[in-house]
Amino acid sequence: MSQSFDEITAQLKRRHRKSARLKWMSMGALILAAAFLVVFIGDMLVKGLPAFQQAQVQVEVSYTEQSMQIPPAAVNDEVRNLVSRGYLRLIPGRMRDNPELMGTTRMEWVLADAEVDQYLKGHYTRLSDSQKRTVDRLEEAGRAELRFNTRFFTSGDSKMPELAGIASAAVGTVLTLIVTMLVSFPIGVMTAVYLEEFAPDNRLTQIIEININNLAAVPSILFGLLGLAIYINFFGVPRSTPLVGGLTLALMTLPVIIIATRTALRSVPDTIRQAAFGVGCSRWQVVRDHVLPLSLPGIMTGSIIGLAQAMGETAPLIIIGMVAFIPDVSTSFTNAATVMPAQIFTWAGEPERAFIEKTAGGILVLLAVLISLNASAVWMRKKFERRW
Amino acid sequence: MQTNQIFLLFCGVLLALGLAAFFMARAKATRTRASGTAMYAQPDQYAWFSVLTTAGPAVLVGVVGAFVMLLVGAEIPTPYLLSGSLVIAAVGLLFGMRQVRPDFHARQAIEKVIQVILATAAMVSILTTLGILISIVFEAIRFFQIQSFWDFITGTTWDPGASFLAAAGRADEAGSAAQFGSIPLFAGTFLITLIAMLVAIPVGLFAAIYMAEFAPDRIRTLAKPVLEVLAGIPTVVYGFFAAITVAPIVVDIAGWLGLEASYSNALAPGLVMGIMIIPFISSLSDDVITAVPDSMRQGSLALGMTKAETIKSVVLPASLPGIISASLLAVSRALGETMIVVMAAGMRPNLTANPLEDMTTVTVRIVAALTGDQEFESAETLSAFALGLVLFVVTLALNMVSVIMIRRFREKYRSNNL
Repeated sequence: MSQSFDEITAQLKRRHRKSARLKWMSMGALILAAAFLVVFIGDMLVKGLPAFQQAQVQVEVSYTEQSMQIPPAAVNDEVRNLVSRGYLRLIPGRMRDNPELMGTTRMEWVLADAEVDQYLKGHYTRLSDSQKRTVDRLEEAGRAELRFNTRFFTSGDSKMPELAGIASAAVGTVLTLIVTMLVSFPIGVMTAVYLEEFAPDNRLTQIIEININNLAAVPSILFGLLGLAIYINFFGVPRSTPLVGGLTLALMTLPVIIIATRTALRSVPDTIRQAAFGVGCSRWQVVRDHVLPLSLPGIMTGSIIGLAQAMGETAPLIIIGMVAFIPDVSTSFTNAATVMPAQIFTWAGEPERAFIEKTAGGILVLLAVLISLNASAVWMRKKFERRW
Repeated sequence: MQTNQIFLLFCGVLLALGLAAFFMARAKATRTRASGTAMYAQPDQYAWFSVLTTAGPAVLVGVVGAFVMLLVGAEIPTPYLLSGSLVIAAVGLLFGMRQVRPDFHARQAIEKVIQVILATAAMVSILTTLGILISIVFEAIRFFQIQSFWDFITGTTWDPGASFLAAAGRADEAGSAAQFGSIPLFAGTFLITLIAMLVAIPVGLFAAIYMAEFAPDRIRTLAKPVLEVLAGIPTVVYGFFAAITVAPIVVDIAGWLGLEASYSNALAPGLVMGIMIIPFISSLSDDVITAVPDSMRQGSLALGMTKAETIKSVVLPASLPGIISASLLAVSRALGETMIVVMAAGMRPNLTANPLEDMTTVTVRIVAALTGDQEFESAETLSAFALGLVLFVVTLALNMVSVIMIRRFREKYRSNNL
């Protein structure tokens, strides 16, 4: 059963072809993953970038006694439905603040209704044909245009898409994360220091270690159940607040920080500890003066990554009621608040088309923050990493 | 407002006492040392020790008092509690000052206190697990007192609709009694998880093989961050993408093939969840594959095997425990994933194997049960905890098996970077 050289060469060729095929296939898998990321980001950009622009129309606003009573009467009925109703409602308040407006009529750039906005952006709208003609005419006359949407960054949630913004959610996120980090950073670092530097190698330590690894893999929604049953129902922490949200997220972030800190502590070589012990330091002095400062970059990197994770978390916060409708920015830890991902979730459930754009816009802001957080973590790791 | 001011006052006084303890103890220690007596510790260490004796017991009493009030329901007026703990702080200050003696090991005492504090911090993670268990188990038991456990496990109809009438004492008005048969929920969960795994495991594994075995360093350093970005995208964003972009595409393609698909079909969340899990599998598998010792590859190549044959019959079998462990972790993550299914999968419990129909999952029902305007005592709300319990047990078991497998791998190859 001997094979001729030709047969063996052919077989070899086949085997090498197979090898090349595996290489291309595995490369294809990676390209697929990258392609998905490109498609995904592209889709979000296409859907979300228009949210940063908002239609405005220039109309004649007459500040009369009548518009004090019935705000829509301030603009003439041809354009009445093209102007944001929410904006018109603000007119009486503005007249009260500025009495000199009374009796005047001015040409003003005002916020357009969301339907006009969608029409100008070329999307489907519910505007009637005559309204579309009016908008076209205004646009030709330079009296209707898309401008940068500052309101998206300065106002809270609203049922009217043209008024809705992410400010209250952004402030809520900051407050929640402050609570999260104040709780999880010290406890996480302390736990890691205990496990790496102090703990005796006994049963209890092993249980703590296994437990931390498990905690890292517990589905996040279960932390929501914990928050609901323990924090809210048992301790009576007010529902929907940054306080309870932050405490819940803190428990989720804890394993991330502990694991990152332990890795950082472990990367400090033992010779440094031995040298410190050698000159008479106590265990705590070694940790405080030598090990912790050296591992600080690693700890910070891990904490930033944990922070970014907590920032994107939604499921547990839904359970503890942080998908609230928050129109005003609140800077209290114990007032109802919402966070960015929860705001995105709420908007995604709104029926109006204009909210799709808002949702994608909110996603872009969130992604920008998350990616810059992660990038800064990577940069820190690169900059301060030390090979011993 | 009143309590807030009292609390602020308490903190202020405690801070003042702590500062007093620090400076007085340091002054005393410095004086003693200046008089020529040799001391066991540095003045600063005596100072910190007396700060600890002042603030530690006082804070402890405050915290324990607050817990007693919450747990036992005992009414201790806050001013009494806080002033009591201030008295203890003062006593602690006196004790700390008395301990400023040449023969007292202040440094070792601090050391012990710090060790206790650190160990307490380590206990928090245990308490968290206990908290999750207790919160879920107790409410789940209350649920099973209302509904039979057997019906929950074997029932095929999930219809909590009428349970709020029962809670309101109007059970007979409901057309049919509420039913809590969880099989359709688990079927939906497993189908979506299966779809996700069919996407994530092949793509993740092949990507890992490429990164570990073929890719030049340049591509490796480029691809790692790409995958990390993929892993860092919040699930709510994936959910939006699944619901708004992927689901309509699935419906279109199904329609083009002559099939009818629901807009909340199971395929869209399954696919997107799979994409979400790719980086998870690829990074874990990458670590495992690179941990396989090079000597094994060299041996195989020396026998004349091609690279693909080496990978297929040497590297992959060696790293199989690690890959299985990664896959189990990924399954556990897919089972517990909430936002993608809440946003893109259906709400209707539906026992079917057709991924184009809408179906619901365990996590969707948990969210639905807890975000409705139900009373907390109603069977529907409590059912969320029963479902949560099952979820917890299943994911815990998966994690445990996965940890055991990775440990076996690690012991076999003495690899410490896993």
